[in-house]
Amino acid sequence: MNDLTPTREQRTAALEGMGCKRKRVEDIRFTQGKGNYVDDVKLPGMLHGDFVRSPHPHARVKKIDDTEALKVPGVLAVITAETLKTVNLAWMPTLAGDVQMVLADGKVLFQNQEVAFVVATDRYAADDGINKVVVEYEPLPPLVDPFKSMDANAPVLREDLAGKTTGAHGPRKHHNHIFEWTVGDKDLTDAAFRKAEVSIKEMISYHRTHPSPLETCQCVCSFDKIKGELTIYGTFQAPHVIRTVVSLIAKLPEQKIHVIAPDIGGGFGNKVGAYPGYICAAVASIVTGKPVKWVEDRIENLTATSFARDYHMTTEIAATKDGKVTGLRVHVLADHGAFDACADPSKWPAGFFNIVTGSYDFPTAHLAVDGVYTNKAPGGVAYRCSFRVTEAAYCIERAMDILAQKLNMDPAELRLKNFIKPEQFPYHSALGWEYDSGDYHTAMRKMMETTGYAALRKEQAEKRAAFARGETREIMGLGVSFFTEIVGAGPSKNCDILGIAMFDSCEIRMHPTGAGIARMGTKSQGQGHETTWAQIIATEIGIPADNIMVEEGNTDTAPYGLGTYGSRSTPVAGAAIAMAARKIKAKAQMIAAYKLEVHEDDLEFDIDGFRVKGLPEKFMSMKDICWAAYNSVPPGMEPGLEAVSYYDPPNMTYPFGAYLCVMDIDVDTGVYKVRRFYALDDCGTRINPMIIEGQVHGGLTEAFAIAMGQEIRYDDTGNVVTGSFMDFFMPTAVETPHWETDFTVTPSPHHPIGAKGVGESPNVGGVPAFSNAVNDAFSFLGSKHIQMPHDYWRNWKAAKALGAIA
Amino acid sequence: MAKTHVTMMVNGAEVEGLVEPRTLLVHFIRENLGMTGTHIGCETTHCGACTVDIDGMSVKSCTMFAVQANGSDIITVEGMANADGTLSALQEGFRMMHGLQCGFCTPGMIMRAHRLLKENPSPSEPEIRMGISGNICRCTGYQNIVKAIQYAAAKINGVEFQEAAE
Repeated sequence: MNDLTPTREQRTAALEGMGCKRKRVEDIRFTQGKGNYVDDVKLPGMLHGDFVRSPHPHARVKKIDDTEALKVPGVLAVITAETLKTVNLAWMPTLAGDVQMVLADGKVLFQNQEVAFVVATDRYAADDGINKVVVEYEPLPPLVDPFKSMDANAPVLREDLAGKTTGAHGPRKHHNHIFEWTVGDKDLTDAAFRKAEVSIKEMISYHRTHPSPLETCQCVCSFDKIKGELTIYGTFQAPHVIRTVVSLIAKLPEQKIHVIAPDIGGGFGNKVGAYPGYICAAVASIVTGKPVKWVEDRIENLTATSFARDYHMTTEIAATKDGKVTGLRVHVLADHGAFDACADPSKWPAGFFNIVTGSYDFPTAHLAVDGVYTNKAPGGVAYRCSFRVTEAAYCIERAMDILAQKLNMDPAELRLKNFIKPEQFPYHSALGWEYDSGDYHTAMRKMMETTGYAALRKEQAEKRAAFARGETREIMGLGVSFFTEIVGAGPSKNCDILGIAMFDSCEIRMHPTGAGIARMGTKSQGQGHETTWAQIIATEIGIPADNIMVEEGNTDTAPYGLGTYGSRSTPVAGAAIAMAARKIKAKAQMIAAYKLEVHEDDLEFDIDGFRVKGLPEKFMSMKDICWAAYNSVPPGMEPGLEAVSYYDPPNMTYPFGAYLCVMDIDVDTGVYKVRRFYALDDCGTRINPMIIEGQVHGGLTEAFAIAMGQEIRYDDTGNVVTGSFMDFFMPTAVETPHWETDFTVTPSPHHPIGAKGVGESPNVGGVPAFSNAVNDAFSFLGSKHIQMPHDYWRNWKAAKALGAIA
Repeated sequence: MAKTHVTMMVNGAEVEGLVEPRTLLVHFIRENLGMTGTHIGCETTHCGACTVDIDGMSVKSCTMFAVQANGSDIITVEGMANADGTLSALQEGFRMMHGLQCGFCTPGMIMRAHRLLKENPSPSEPEIRMGISGNICRCTGYQNIVKAIQYAAAKINGVEFQEAAE
């Protein structure tokens, strides 16, 4: 070997494979303003569509008069439910098995509901047209409080469901009832509570909020009458699902629908569902024969496209006197708004909320969820979490703190006492999941040691004593949170969307010069797939990541996939990449054996090529194998080097983490300061630590927003009062705390590369950490549970109610 | 609606166009000039995705009419790369420090950071955080954006960038 021969370390580094903090490919275009987002798409002759929306939360639509609107220069058409009925599209199916009005059909059911769609030559003319559409309404009594939805005299919201006593998920108990979903052993759980030495019960609410990506939902639809083909550019987290849904509801052949999701400006769950704007733009393009763009503004985004959460969780834990949990009982009242447009796998009306036993070894548990209609925007989506997992994590993590308070135990100690032990994995939970792997005690102890938890508790005790002596008006809270996520939906045995199993896919084509392209069923919205997917391939087949182009979002070229949400991309598509790469590698090994004139069993893979065992100088690089694949393959072998994998995961993955929030609150003003926030995440094998940390920072910031003020709120008459960034809390760099990140690595045993997914963990674990910090701060004043969000005003009110302010 | 003729300098080149008096500057830039790097996130002056540099000030172009910008000198994100086409210190900082994810706020962030570093070439972390508080990012949690701006400040000032300990 001479000095110019690269070392093994240099060869590995040159790949920029898994574990490397590879800089992002995407950034070259994004930092120069050369991204291509939907609103950047401009087609010849393109028109613009915009909505007339209802000012009423509940009203009959008596008449829509478009006479004056059609006289406005530039306005070409006004589409109403009557227009849509001619193509049978006045209503559309939701992912949750309900139906939803595309445009108001006889009545409106929430404020800002879509009533008519004005199509014009530009967005200004469309707006002029909207102002000239006259809609006559007859207001009806609004139903805002979900706790009153099933009152005997509650107004009937969904007249279309009259007489239907069964919905998509079983019997309906009331005209405003959607479903009841129960899991677990009721008798055993009730018995556990009868025998309990100690128990707690609390109604824990997780308020309505909104994912609100910086780019709103939008699309451009272009129908080619000659070819009968519809092309849709849209902000879609799941482009293939959109293609299938459009084919089914518009009765267009699926091969004639081209769905393209270009660069997406954040999703966080908002861009999973199908919205009236997409349908209206498509119909408008069919009607006018021209491309039609629909771009939601921020007010429309916050008030009409899907909200998240709105779960009201009555939670009970049974335990022994020394703090061993013996049972969990939860009843959830779920407010879905006017239509059940919940974006969950089809068989899961409350998502994976049955992960609510969390990280603890509950011998028995029972869960019941009742979904109800109200006069609010329909939903809800999973806002940076796997389906209803953040609600579940908040529920159990608050409840464990409430139990710790009742037992006068330290919250961390109570958790350590009840954790599922490492030797119990794979662990079967009382509510039906099989947790793949975990080492909770190690993660918790690392968090406690790194943060100096014991010293912080001592400081808190001293501050409380000082507060009691009247020496300070500041109180201190420690928010402990230990979450278990369930991500990677999902195995075909129990996960589908409208009948399509939730696999994901990857197709890799290697080119003669040792470069290649990977096409995916997923769609990045900022997660950096173009960077990380290439890293997996680099490590698997020994070709530098820089030589692999990753392409997503075009349904004509990408293999069918279920898209990116619920932290499913790495657990499902990440596995598909590894499996496709391994097919490439297997063929490459046969080619190398032929070229090196040995049996393929005599070869071993060595970083970036194959080497003959025992003869280190006999080596063929993957780059050379790529070339050989196109000119000298073994007799009988097809030329070329490409592979496709559709990966049906055998199980979900279960990332986990230990978080601590240290918060100081001034009782006289309610002003809080997050002094410290530590987040330890275990997402299994780490593909790109830089991107993981970035995901954790972002997820924590969204958790901070939700816990500390971000709310979609309605007044008693059904007006949404948080319709802009003025009222809807959106943290800036000034409010946002500094984040400390850490990790442990417990690989998933069933995943080809051991990765579990991370994007949503920080939101799932972060919200309870913030809320527990606030509650912990106030607990010594006699408080048991203070509802989120914990903004200054509510903190001040809490202090006042507890008698801390004269 | 009657249209008005406007001219302005954008990224060093003179441009002109006919606009309605109500046409927002951001729409003029994006649709008339076809420069789509400047984004629209809220249309209510809160999010800063539409930030451009006008006559030496950071301006949210969704809250200014194109006619108000008549005769002005504008820089957009498309004018930020070095003359030889390489990434400028700020653009490089955002990439090296992972200061962006979905990229939607990035052009506005870079434009604001550009002006911030002209106003204060060596800002402290609190000064950076306050300086970009008119720009919302939903992905990064700002920590790496702060580092990106510190990286760029160091490079522009010719000193070695030292990443603060976690």
